[in-house]
Amino acid sequence: MNASSLDRYQRAESLIHQLDPRIKILLSMLFILSNVLLPDGAAIGFFLSWMLILLINIISKLQLSFILKRSFIALPFTLAAITVIFTLPGETIAEWEIGSWVLTATDSGLLRFLSILVRSWLSVQVAILLTATTTFPDIAHSLRHLHFPKILISILSFMYRYLFVLSEEAQRLLKARAARAARIPKEKARSFLWQAKVAGNMVGQLFVRSLERSERVYSAMQARGFRGQFLTLSPHHLRNKDYLIGVIGFTLLMSIQFIQFNI
Amino acid sequence: MYLSPTPLHIPDGFLSILISILFWAISIIFVGLAICRSQKELEDRQIPLMGVMAAFIFAAQMINFPVAGGTSGHLLGGALAAITLGPWAGILVMTSVVALQGLLFQDGGLLVMGANIFNMGILTTLVGYSFYRIAIHQKKNIRLASAGIAAFLGVLAAALMTAIQLWLSGTSPAKIVFPAMLGIHSLIGIGEALITVATLGFIYKVRPTILSLQNIEEKAKKGWVIPGFTIAILVVLLSPLASTNPDGLEKVANELGFIELSQASIFEIFPDYILPIFGDGNFSNIFAGIIGLLLVGLFAYFIGKFINKRKTS
Repeated sequence: MNASSLDRYQRAESLIHQLDPRIKILLSMLFILSNVLLPDGAAIGFFLSWMLILLINIISKLQLSFILKRSFIALPFTLAAITVIFTLPGETIAEWEIGSWVLTATDSGLLRFLSILVRSWLSVQVAILLTATTTFPDIAHSLRHLHFPKILISILSFMYRYLFVLSEEAQRLLKARAARAARIPKEKARSFLWQAKVAGNMVGQLFVRSLERSERVYSAMQARGFRGQFLTLSPHHLRNKDYLIGVIGFTLLMSIQFIQFNI
Repeated sequence: MYLSPTPLHIPDGFLSILISILFWAISIIFVGLAICRSQKELEDRQIPLMGVMAAFIFAAQMINFPVAGGTSGHLLGGALAAITLGPWAGILVMTSVVALQGLLFQDGGLLVMGANIFNMGILTTLVGYSFYRIAIHQKKNIRLASAGIAAFLGVLAAALMTAIQLWLSGTSPAKIVFPAMLGIHSLIGIGEALITVATLGFIYKVRPTILSLQNIEEKAKKGWVIPGFTIAILVVLLSPLASTNPDGLEKVANELGFIELSQASIFEIFPDYILPIFGDGNFSNIFAGIIGLLLVGLFAYFIGKFINKRKTS
């Protein structure tokens, strides 16, 4: 496994790939906002939002399975919401007896749960679309145009640059541990204190290596004239096309809200 | 798996819009303060340092170790970052980690990122640092032990806050979310404590200057202890209460009107005269939502302006 497989960017030539990242970020945020504002059980609204995602997916020439596969990342978190089925007041749809406990599933509880599920599933897909069609340096650069704090953007850019390097370093450490630990004496293998100590030493090792790397990086960058900020050779310009797509996207989102609440 | 989403990364759709916006505002204040202080005290060499260390925290979260019952423990890193880099830099580093996880890997949502930054980036660093700061004049073992307690309480604080946010958003009921969140995270917190202590022990051995008294005192004043310690005490007091008597908590919140407010359609919060043109139908919702986001944006903009002014003056 190499670390570049961590990157979610999918190279392609499409309208969405060429769209100004500022517009993409703003539209993604608006989509998620619109999504969260849809009430429980807003079937039409959710369906239209999904259609919009599929449309963007097709325009951006990504494989449908690409997004679908990754869209389940938030699924484990739904455990946190599952209990709402049994606790929201409403009409009973099913009852189970577990020992002395009686679980009563209600219709409004189920509706709330499914709505939370769909909302997060749709929102995740938009976020995946954003990162699949925009390189991270572009995202970072357009965050600067959107007046995010410069220091935070610089840290993020450095972080992105060394993420893969240090992740590979961590993978090497893990591989080395797996190789060394083929035969741990039984009493040691069981003791998680010992295991934690080994892991702690690995983290410490990684810490020291990272610290030294950051010093080398700084010297090297200073030698090249770094003054604490990244410069870019490709200034982003908002073209008419970008404005047009921005307006179309906004209108579509508003129409989803309008249709949901008026039909 | 490469990236295991911990139960603390809240995805979009799980928090109500008001809670999301509120925690964006809180996080912006803290991060703004951190930026303010960092720019005053640190030179430009800190930027590569913080960037690489943020990548380090991300990579260190992959290093896991088996805990009983087939689960595995791994680092969240808030306390470690705060102790080794100082609290302000710690907040910036942890904020970057949470932001990148959300932006690049969809580990945590975008609209709820403010809440995620507050829970995992700010609370863990505040609590982690304050405990260590108290003990810096003590012997090494006591310092390490207090770092462990700090790491544990930091995770618990983050879990408690996540539970509160989920509960107020109407996503999970109090009587389940509190015991479940706190229960799971008292285990995760033990893992965090062990690995933080072991890591610090290693750093003591090979790079003692990083953790030297002078270095720590240089990075932040004693005043840091107070907010972190207050949070820690609140966590210690609230956690058992919340997990044993969630109904009581629910009742109090209901009487104060918290729950109704945080789950209300957002346009209901604006006074009648703000959104008359859109009617009082639900259609006003999205306008109210956009206005909310704009307010947060403006708020962030002015904080940013304030920071830049202080920097140049």
